[in-house]
Amino acid sequence: MIWGVLQFPGSCDERDALHACAAASGESLLIWHRDSDLSKVDGIVVPGGFSYGDYLRAGALARFSPAMTAVARFAAEGGPVLGICNGFQVLCEAGLLPGALLRNVELRFICKQVELETIGGDGERLSIPMKHGEGRYYAPPQLLAEIEERGQVAYRYADGHNANGSVNDIAGVRNEAGNVVGLMPHPEHAIDPLTGSTDGLRVFRALERFAS
Amino acid sequence: MAKARVLIRPKEGILDPQGKAVERALPALGFEGIEHVRVGRLVELEAEDPAALGELCEKLLANPLIEDYEIQTL
Repeated sequence: MIWGVLQFPGSCDERDALHACAAASGESLLIWHRDSDLSKVDGIVVPGGFSYGDYLRAGALARFSPAMTAVARFAAEGGPVLGICNGFQVLCEAGLLPGALLRNVELRFICKQVELETIGGDGERLSIPMKHGEGRYYAPPQLLAEIEERGQVAYRYADGHNANGSVNDIAGVRNEAGNVVGLMPHPEHAIDPLTGSTDGLRVFRALERFAS
Repeated sequence: MAKARVLIRPKEGILDPQGKAVERALPALGFEGIEHVRVGRLVELEAEDPAALGELCEKLLANPLIEDYEIQTL
């Protein structure tokens, strides 16, 4: 499987994501934000960073790029899309995932290893790092109830690991079809025993079944 | 071109830690009797067709899930 990793001005985790995609699934290549040709790839990663400087709101401007227009089409056709951190914010702003990300409850940028529970998948615990200032997942009460009822929560912070104040301990969500997933913590930074955990690989592999 | 101003604020009921932090800092500076501080955003612009601003706010300037907006044409 070949993953395409988007690169916006201000992205900063696209190299780690490229490396992680190749380690998890075989191959990966970079896709510049002005490029709208996704025909060479079987899956998309929208990586972390500060796309377009996080101007206006994190992720708000990136959704208008040619690459994101193509990603919306790709997602609608059932292709796997993974948004990480800023990429999760972009997917929420683009309406491909429900909810929004707000400033951390304590206002501080948080960088630490956290434990996640996989929901609706293998149910296993993952140890991967988080690093963000705006990662407090939020959805208004009615939308939140719908997300829970439809099984759209993909990852939850384990007890004591919800450092940003996310509602219902939500660390990541999926769309109704399950082919679009976004999460705040960084699986691409947890793929080598050298950095303490290889659990991140599972996040990429969990989406492989949607590749055509 | 018509001048307009868009005020964007966190929706009622949404925790605004920025406003809270500002509020907590005030007594130390000698400002007493100030509460319920909320921090939003102000966008100034000039528009050919001010009637189109509502859509602009819904699609870009505000995130309707978490923010309210108010358009003032000047």
